[in-house]
Amino acid sequence: MISANAVTKRYPEGREALRNVSFEITAGELVFLTGHSGAGKSTLFKLLAAIERPTSGSIVINGQNLAALRRNALPYLRRKLGLIFQDRKLLFDRNVLDNVLLPLAIVGHPAKDALRRAQAALAKVGLPDRQQAFPITLSGGEQQRLAIARAVVNRPAIILADEPTANLDTASANDIFDIFHSFQRVGVTVLIVTHDAFRVHDLRPRILRLDQGEMTEQNENQSPQGAAQ
Amino acid sequence: MRARLAQHLAALRDACRRLAVAPLNTLLSLLVIGVALTLPTAGWLAVDNLRELAGDTPGVQQISVFLAIEAGKREVGDIESRLEEARAGNWHFVPREEALKRLQASEGMAEIVASLPKNPLPDAFVVTPADTQPESLERLATTFAAWPKVAHVQLDSAWVKRFDALLRLGRLVVMLLAALFAGALVTITFNTIRLQILAQAAEIEVTKLIGATDAYIQRPLHYFGMLQGALGGLCAAALVSAGLHLLTPLVGELARLYGGHFVLHSLSVNDIVVLAAIGGSLGWLGAKISVLIHLRRFA
Repeated sequence: MISANAVTKRYPEGREALRNVSFEITAGELVFLTGHSGAGKSTLFKLLAAIERPTSGSIVINGQNLAALRRNALPYLRRKLGLIFQDRKLLFDRNVLDNVLLPLAIVGHPAKDALRRAQAALAKVGLPDRQQAFPITLSGGEQQRLAIARAVVNRPAIILADEPTANLDTASANDIFDIFHSFQRVGVTVLIVTHDAFRVHDLRPRILRLDQGEMTEQNENQSPQGAAQ
Repeated sequence: MRARLAQHLAALRDACRRLAVAPLNTLLSLLVIGVALTLPTAGWLAVDNLRELAGDTPGVQQISVFLAIEAGKREVGDIESRLEEARAGNWHFVPREEALKRLQASEGMAEIVASLPKNPLPDAFVVTPADTQPESLERLATTFAAWPKVAHVQLDSAWVKRFDALLRLGRLVVMLLAALFAGALVTITFNTIRLQILAQAAEIEVTKLIGATDAYIQRPLHYFGMLQGALGGLCAAALVSAGLHLLTPLVGELARLYGGHFVLHSLSVNDIVVLAAIGGSLGWLGAKISVLIHLRRFA
């Protein structure tokens, strides 16, 4: 489903954010990408989301080599991914429902069905009663749930989340992880970039660890508490 | 197909929302575009009214064919046949008796005409050619002059040439004005769309990240430019019509004082549609250029 082969990312100023990173993620896996600040986690997230391109190596998602992807094909790839960003990237001048309707409007989904799907996505993340609220009135945890609802409303096969629990308290972070787990249980591939895997208690995800741009560990379904130590 | 149509409708709705969300800005932009389109429109209308006024004035763009004094009914019939064959345009016959009566009716001429021993005026034809180009008029006049029993052909070709040159100059000035103000309209829309893109930068970035194509992002901006231009065109039509409403009675009064009758013709529904379409097209062009330049940074 996701495969990275000898991926290196070097920025123009010469800084090497990733060096020779390789891994494979199969369909339906729940994977945590961990590492300290500056380890290259967010860079890898950007490469997987096709926001940036690797300097060398290849990334293949759903059989599509991102390096060979033409610029005008990028939107169609991103529609198949559920992207959740560290800064959430919500539209603050639109209400909760309109934020979730946006990905459906982009693909030209029929309005009636789009409304039903958006409401279902909001119910799934526990925001069924906040449809008319504006993001500014939501708590941090609720804003993250809204970002998740927007990411999953198009029913993607892959969810990529960059630090989805940053700045959240333990209870809210656990709720967010539970939501991701619920998607994994129905066959969605979930890759979560996080530096606080220790917060997860009863999940047994696969852990990928980055250290100074290099993949140092690829543990199969370990207890995250153990992996974080 | 239905999805595409739905996306176009959504983009149009979005463009309308953007226009409605800042009514004062929208009104000011429409006024600026309206004024920019008003000047060439008013100029075009003035030239058109002038052309019509000249066309209605006796003697202008008409050819008078005077027959010889001795010409009889047979010769008059012959000239009529020749005029029909030549398909020269509209014409009417003025018998010498009627010409004398008209002369008598002219102010101060009654006594002079009464003192004449006999009618000195010849029979005449007044031809209003279909083709009023100066060269065509001169060609016709030369043809008429060669016909038998034609004593004199009168065409004020110098006047016609001067008037035609004046009209052509007027049209050229209007076209230059139109090009200048079209450039202004494109520039206004370009800048409005630039500001729209700056204001919507976050939204554009997010929509691109979650799978929006360039067309999806550009569409509402194109519609915005087009709507603004078209509404500006309608605004110009309203301004020109208001101006004509004020001028029409004064021009009519002036025409009456000169013993004539003239009504300024206003913009037709077709003219208004064309004006809105031109405004819309220029607005779309401004938006298209602005989008191409300013959306690059989101690539």
